[in-house]
Amino acid sequence: MARKTRAAALTALCAGIVMSITACGGGSSSSGGGDSNTITWWHNSNNQPGKGYYEQVAKDFEASHPGVDVQVTAMAHEDMVAKLQAAFQSGDVPDIYMERGGGELADHVAAGLTKDLSTSAAAEIKKIGGSVAGWQVDGKTYALPFSVGVVGFWYNKDLFAQAGVTKTPTTMNELYGVIDKLKAAGITPLSVGAGDKWPAAHYWYYAAIRSCSQDVIETAATKMDFSDPCFVKAGEIVKQLVDKQPFNPGFLTTPAQEGATSASGLLATGKVAMEMQGHWEPGVMQGLTADGKGLGDKTGWFPFPAVEGGQGDPAVQMGGGDAWGVAESAPDSAVELVKYLLSDKVQKGFAKNDMGLPTNPTATGSVSDPALAELIKVRDSAPSVQLYFDTLFGANVGGAMNDEIALLFAGKATPQDVVDASQQAADQES
Amino acid sequence: MTTQVAATAATTDPAAARRAKARRATGGPAGSGAWRKRLEILLFVTPALVLMGLFVVYPIVSAVRMSFYSWKGFGPMNDFVGLKNYTNVLADNVFTDAVVHNFIIVFLSIAVQLPLGLGIALLLNRNIRGRGLLRTVIFVPYVVAEVIAGVVWLQLLQPGDGMIETLLRSVGIPTPEQGFLGTPSIALWTVFVVLTWKYLGMAVLLFLAGLQTVPHELHEAAQLDGASWWQAQRRISVPMLAPTIRTWIFLSMIGSLQLFDMVWIMTGGGPANATTTMATYLIAQGSERQNFGIAGAASVILFVIGFVMALLYQLLVLRRDTQPDR
Repeated sequence: MARKTRAAALTALCAGIVMSITACGGGSSSSGGGDSNTITWWHNSNNQPGKGYYEQVAKDFEASHPGVDVQVTAMAHEDMVAKLQAAFQSGDVPDIYMERGGGELADHVAAGLTKDLSTSAAAEIKKIGGSVAGWQVDGKTYALPFSVGVVGFWYNKDLFAQAGVTKTPTTMNELYGVIDKLKAAGITPLSVGAGDKWPAAHYWYYAAIRSCSQDVIETAATKMDFSDPCFVKAGEIVKQLVDKQPFNPGFLTTPAQEGATSASGLLATGKVAMEMQGHWEPGVMQGLTADGKGLGDKTGWFPFPAVEGGQGDPAVQMGGGDAWGVAESAPDSAVELVKYLLSDKVQKGFAKNDMGLPTNPTATGSVSDPALAELIKVRDSAPSVQLYFDTLFGANVGGAMNDEIALLFAGKATPQDVVDASQQAADQES
Repeated sequence: MTTQVAATAATTDPAAARRAKARRATGGPAGSGAWRKRLEILLFVTPALVLMGLFVVYPIVSAVRMSFYSWKGFGPMNDFVGLKNYTNVLADNVFTDAVVHNFIIVFLSIAVQLPLGLGIALLLNRNIRGRGLLRTVIFVPYVVAEVIAGVVWLQLLQPGDGMIETLLRSVGIPTPEQGFLGTPSIALWTVFVVLTWKYLGMAVLLFLAGLQTVPHELHEAAQLDGASWWQAQRRISVPMLAPTIRTWIFLSMIGSLQLFDMVWIMTGGGPANATTTMATYLIAQGSERQNFGIAGAASVILFVIGFVMALLYQLLVLRRDTQPDR
């Protein structure tokens, strides 16, 4: 008996020691930094063909840079976001990671976590052109956007024809006309994933972009000043739309893209006629239908309509994208890899595999998906692409804004409340 | 679970010491034996203490520390703001509403699940046909993972063509236009109904177990005295069950205060913040808005509320159950 106890004690001790060692070990081991020949790279193309394509890209880079070892990790998007957050907390950031720009990037820059690429990748920045603006802080570029898309209305061509809609709307009044026609034909006009808040908030962002002049939005972004009356007007436009009751039943808790009953699922399965969403919508819809085709060739797209008396240019689009950022601690070869990722060759392959909307102008012609090819034309003919406000203003102010816009959709907040809540969150920060 | 382990560890300590002393008194190899005993105790207790320190004490300390800083989740934590996070949280209507929602769930759970669970337990304690099946049916929801149950109910409650609305409409009961979960005024009640479905099984199970401890002789004596079934339940079973009921109320209260999974899956705290709880508030502030200071302050407030309620309940109600009979 005594012998047994002692053996058990020994086991317990060993377990305790092992546990404390692993617990302490977590802090000191580091994947990034230090070693100049190993590059860690996280991305979210975890499905084929994207996953295989990036593996090949890494191999090609290793072949042309002897001695360099590229460790690629492909993750589902949500997993990657969560892991990146933890990585930033611990300061152990992968050498190459996805950066969404705006206020988030500004925070990373302020914390000294990300590398300034302005001079080391000057040629690539010049080539990409205006799209890099979302990834610049105080005139310096910190990440290279490899895919930039725009938000607009995706619609079901069959349902439009069924309701007798022949022309896509270009003003808010025309949009209301389309909504009335669809409702008269017994079709739910719009779905919105207001449960996730940001899809609802996109309406307000667009209304503000159409109502406010470019200068006013820039002032808001740099000085966190929302005092211009055009922001209240944006809320009034949204309220007017919500009052028309164009949305799917239960839209206040509808998720954006999870499952067939989500906002994207409703559009994909022909339950609603339109949904305002980003460039990822065709891909999301493909994943939500049994045949993997989404809406197929019934898919149509039109931009957010002009608002009456608005100060904004109706050709300006709202969107955003993903850029490759390099950790401050990363070796120089990581910068080389990012430059290679933006090269004509890699971006052309990226376009051919329909992995996104390439930013390198030589690659834009290679996109094979017709819907995405159409979007690229819209994006490139826009005088500018305004970054999503929640990204632009950062998680805190953007989050407060989104929360209040969701309340506006529920009829529990006024247009003035949205402005007040955003301003309050901004004032708390400074 | 961890606290339980630690508690047993703590109680073995003096007992073991006493035993060691006893052995020394009998004249064995005194010094080294006591030493070995202590070492053994240390070895046994260390893993539990390490686990507890790592997963209970450290997170609490780190949340308290976080609550005094304005911190975005990365970079150095050096912007000390004192109690500002606490005043912001307490002044935030969303949080105060969340506290109210938590307490609504606490009281509703006790007011509804206690009589319902007790009634079902008393019924299932009788010799009725299909008793095993009925017990299983009532207990299965409790075994199902909360997230899975939430997803299933979310689909059942889909507005428009969801199963529940279709069923209700087919028998002529009108359903809310925005669905049961999408209408702010009834969303919390809907969540509560699902929670009752989920957790009634645990109440019934505990009460049934408690009923097994009621001595059969008491019922026989009552029967001889001509007591009806109802009288026997009211005067014998329920009073004998009181300690179990008090323990269940305690568990239910703590569970309701920490309510998160079901709400997060079904409504995410919406629509229009109608179903936020303290836990969904702090998760939304921390991981979505990256206000880790605010989230830290909210979690400390949640901890204090839970701790004070647990302590009061222990002192005022549970003490008579835990004290030994004299």
